[in-house]
Amino acid sequence: MTSEPFGDLIDRCRAAEDDLVRRWRADVAASLRGRISELELDKELRELLDAVLSAVATADGADTRSAAYGEVRALLVDLSRARALQGFSPRETAISVFALKRAVRESVEVGPEFTAFSDVIDELGLFTFESYAKTREEVIANQAEQLLELATPVVKLWHGVVALPLVGTLDSARAQVVMEKLLQTLVDTGSEYAIIDITGVPAVDTQVAQHLLKTIVAARLMGAECIISGIRPQIAQTIVALGIEFGDIATKATLADALLLALGRIGVDVTAEMSKRGL
Amino acid sequence: MTAQELPISGDADVVRVRQAVRAAAVEAKLSLVDQTKLVTAASELARNTLTYGGGGGAVVEQVTKGLRKGVKAVFHDKGPGIADVAQALTDGFTSGSGMGLGLGGARRLVDEFAIETAPGDGTTVTVVKWAR
Amino acid sequence: MERLPILKIGQMLLVSIQVDLRDDMVVALQEDLAERIVETGARGVVIDITALDIVDSFTGRMLATIAALSRVLDAETVVVGMRPAVAITLVELGLSLDGIKTALDVERGIRLLSPAGGAAR
Ligand SMILES: Nc1ncnc2c1ncn2[C@@H]1O[C@H](COP(=O)(O)OP(=O)(O)OP(=O)(O)O)[C@@H](O)[C@H]1O
Ligand SMILES: [Mg+2]
Repeated sequence: MTSEPFGDLIDRCRAAEDDLVRRWRADVAASLRGRISELELDKELRELLDAVLSAVATADGADTRSAAYGEVRALLVDLSRARALQGFSPRETAISVFALKRAVRESVEVGPEFTAFSDVIDELGLFTFESYAKTREEVIANQAEQLLELATPVVKLWHGVVALPLVGTLDSARAQVVMEKLLQTLVDTGSEYAIIDITGVPAVDTQVAQHLLKTIVAARLMGAECIISGIRPQIAQTIVALGIEFGDIATKATLADALLLALGRIGVDVTAEMSKRGL
Repeated sequence: MTAQELPISGDADVVRVRQAVRAAAVEAKLSLVDQTKLVTAASELARNTLTYGGGGGAVVEQVTKGLRKGVKAVFHDKGPGIADVAQALTDGFTSGSGMGLGLGGARRLVDEFAIETAPGDGTTVTVVKWAR
Repeated sequence: MERLPILKIGQMLLVSIQVDLRDDMVVALQEDLAERIVETGARGVVIDITALDIVDSFTGRMLATIAALSRVLDAETVVVGMRPAVAITLVELGLSLDGIKTALDVERGIRLLSPAGGAAR
């Protein structure tokens, strides 16, 4: 069945399919400069063409947002994702779709019905562009997460004492990454004390405070103690207002006080250590 | 990976379900912490299937949503069912000798959680965890 | 049924879990440990879970029961080597194992239990 605005364009495209795909592939291949094999490209474009023609041939053929275009959209998402991950530019990616217009014009006789078809391709091209952008965003978000992990310095202060100086806003995602890293460092360095210094954290919300609390409990399960230092007045107020039980968790005003507390518990005699080092 | 159907009729089966879920979670590239959370949830649910459902089975499979991969695990039995689901999900509620943490805890450990049950009609619990 | 081996080291008992835990093994361990504490007059029990890749509510409850049981028999229990991912998961599950002594590894666990070492922490 062929719907009204496209006349018998779809049937003519089907009849000239091989020629059409050949022209289309040639255009696309030129823009991709051999970075995808002809064979792969041929398969990809044939599948796409078939899906597009089938969708156009339905009653909803003019509406690319309709259910009829479900498969087309899925194929375009795959295509744009693959291109984005392979490092192709948005232009190189969108051409894969737009080039279909010229291929159709060159391989079949077209009349006024081509305008409607051209509109459809424009819509699909834009859709491809959008999903390309979405994938790039995901890639960037992933990289940001990796950077975050790198930017989390857990430092060893003493044999058996590590510190995590937190700086900047802590969101829930970052808090989770940071806390996991802290716990792993306890194992890797065999440290029984961890100081979480939040002097550089302007504010915490409930979720972040909960993460902090859970980390402290998890550390205890592993056989280590956490000391929190540098709680600002506002944060103390948040914690109290939220009714979060910090219970018997050790807190100290400064990192230095926290270190002294840890050293005391380990049984390090600080004055003796200083004179040993000639200080 | 295709769906894997595993019987749950003894303690050894609970271990096997955990191993299957772990393998699927590794394949779906879940982080170590997420793998551990999912396997722990599976352990709780498999044990409930055994203890309260009188045995049953688990179906473990990989699922995808766009680029994201995940693992889905379904636990089913033809046991007595749960009359009051909200109560069963409450931390601390147990009709047996447990701590009543299994169901509620499992729900906290996964991304998607659903219970289908009716008195006398068995229980099916479905959980999904997605790679971050 | 496979039983978990219990080693006697001086005044202490050591259980190092190296296999995938089945519930029946867990129950048996509880019984075996109570017997061995009485039999040997041990003052401490070290349970090494370094190799365990999960601890669920059943195993958690067993650890708590063993700790309570040994206390009644005048011995202290310390659980050592819990992995970070396992600890994070246990907390999310809702188990904090209050009242159970923990240590990073077997060596520190033993030190914690020996009469002199306990004072440090
Ligand atoms: N498959 C099931 N069939 C019937 N009843 C169930 C099933 N699963 C759970 N329940 C009911 O829900 C209650 C709560 O389950 P939950 O797993 O939270 O706790 P529990 O198994 O009693 O203890 P825990 O899991 O902490 O050892 C159970 O005591 C039981 O009454
Ligand atoms: Mg349970």
